Amino acid sequence: MSAAPGPTAKTERLLNLVLCLLYTRRPLPKSRLRDMVPQYASAASDEAFDRMFERDKDELRELGIPLVTEELSGIWDDEPGYRIHERDYALPDLTFEPDELAVLGLAARTWAQASLAGPAAEAIRKLKAAGIERDEDSLVGIEPRLRTTEPSFDAIRRAVIAQQTVTFDYRRPDGEVASRRVQPWGMASWHGRWYLTGHDEGRGAERVFRLSRIVGEVVPDPKAPAYAVPPGHDATASVRRSTSGRPQPEPAVLRVRAGQGHTLRRRAQSVEEVDEYWSRVSVEYGDVESLADEVVGHGADVVAERPVELVLAVVRRLDGALTAHGATS
Amino acid sequence: MTPPRQRPGTGETATARLARLLTLVPWLSNRPGISVEDAATGLGISEDQLRADLDLIFVCGYGQMPDEMIEVDAEGDRIVVRNAETIARPLRLGIDEAITLMVGLRALGKVPGLTDTDAIDRALARLEEATGAIGAVAGRVSVSIDDDGDDTAGLLADARRALAGHRRVHLRYLVPSRDETTERDVDPMRVVNLDAHWYLEGWCHRAQDTRLFRLDRIEELTVLDVDGTPPATARVRDLDLGTFQPGPTDQLVVLRVDRGARWVSDYYPVESVTELGDGGQEISLRTGDTEWLRRLALRLGGLGTVVSPASLAQEVAYAARAALTAYDLES
Repeated sequence: MSAAPGPTAKTERLLNLVLCLLYTRRPLPKSRLRDMVPQYASAASDEAFDRMFERDKDELRELGIPLVTEELSGIWDDEPGYRIHERDYALPDLTFEPDELAVLGLAARTWAQASLAGPAAEAIRKLKAAGIERDEDSLVGIEPRLRTTEPSFDAIRRAVIAQQTVTFDYRRPDGEVASRRVQPWGMASWHGRWYLTGHDEGRGAERVFRLSRIVGEVVPDPKAPAYAVPPGHDATASVRRSTSGRPQPEPAVLRVRAGQGHTLRRRAQSVEEVDEYWSRVSVEYGDVESLADEVVGHGADVVAERPVELVLAVVRRLDGALTAHGATS
Repeated sequence: MTPPRQRPGTGETATARLARLLTLVPWLSNRPGISVEDAATGLGISEDQLRADLDLIFVCGYGQMPDEMIEVDAEGDRIVVRNAETIARPLRLGIDEAITLMVGLRALGKVPGLTDTDAIDRALARLEEATGAIGAVAGRVSVSIDDDGDDTAGLLADARRALAGHRRVHLRYLVPSRDETTERDVDPMRVVNLDAHWYLEGWCHRAQDTRLFRLDRIEELTVLDVDGTPPATARVRDLDLGTFQPGPTDQLVVLRVDRGARWVSDYYPVESVTELGDGGQEISLRTGDTEWLRRLALRLGGLGTVVSPASLAQEVAYAARAALTAYDLES
């Protein structure tokens, strides 16, 4: 018998336990398992063995192994028996076509830089365990990548999957931090950022949270009452609604210097040449402040003409920037 | 619960290792005679780790009689694992495993202009069949990797065609940070999607270097009838850090922002952030091109101030004054 140190001995013990429970045709009482798994011999007392066995059972179930308790018949009748049914344990016999394996591989590689890189790679190994190696790179050259740089990603993902109410501190765009209590409905990656959708208990309404604005720990509340995710909830649609305003009825009108303002010209509804130095460009917009941000970045090359709110927002920014960077010089 | 992400072997927990072994055993049983090197690569572990794993499974079985134990033959460079029928198949997909594949497939299926979506649909259907209820849970996590939509579908198809056929492309490309359109010849190396935008990465003959071109900023793409094999020295960039990668020789810029402009340190890759106590921050970042910073400072409209270099602060003041002139004339 190997005299392997701690963690290795424990892996051996758990692997032997899994093999015994899968191999058996009838449920086994734990006294029998104590004899079958050699590592249990190290248990100093009945109590120590009981504790060890209980912990092992819990850990196997946490891994998703369907270890079940069944009634024993015959001489064992006052003791429960344990086993793992192969039909519940094993990955169904899936035969994937080479092109299907190729897209599955691509789907897994999407997560290569995310916190789920490990599970994604393991999933592919499981699907290929049967020995299929051949796959066709049908989507040649394409490499989608998802990133999960937000520290709260894993905690939020677990809460969404487990449907578990969570509390966290959330920073609004103006910097104010407040505690929020949320029943998670879903999560979505949109424009490269992760969002949580759910019912905000404090606000009594659906809200969308950007994960990068979650400050500190996400605390699950296991005692919170169960809740239902509204049928048909579409996290992406909620995020889209919350992040984009409706277009204004009238387009904004800008004066753009010749050969400049390419981004504005590209999406212009109309471009009219004023003279050889300037064009007049009208663009659709949703939010005055966002358009002002864009216009002001072009400096003296783009001048806001209409609406007046836009002109004021641009001038306010320019004044502010001038004051901050030495109006006196 | 998900075991913490870690490399096998470095502080791997006993249960995480067990989970790995439950896949390793059927994987190896189905590949009798595989070399140690190939097996380690396929399993994503080091050769040392693989040998340690083989030593472990060698002493395991459903009993202690030789015929009850897993047989491992790894004398030379070849591995044979036998008598492991009890775990002939891997454990079902865990919830995280199923979700990564399903969410990834669904995202791929929405990429416009892909002609091969049939394989995606079939793979998804098979996976849903195999995982049952997990499919519904996976639906709660959604990903849109393509915000540009149909506008770039044609460009995406052209870029892929050039890549597959090793053709050089000619681009008319918009550089928004400098608001200028440039013309360049590029030898395509790959098409990447990052933060929901598509990029063509290739050897740029103008820059004599590898460059990333965002598809929605390409004004025109022409596939040339010229061989587009990139030079042997061309290397794709490591995209772990995103598309914006400052170099060590880039200029250090210090920016002070008010509470209302804290998003800046969220949005841009910064080198350091110091909290100022009043909700503001002092941010330092490196950049080879200060033009976008000048634009940013104007946009922040006093909520952000360039502290150094002084020359950049002067540029911002100059640009603001020049722009205000237009409004003075009108009023």
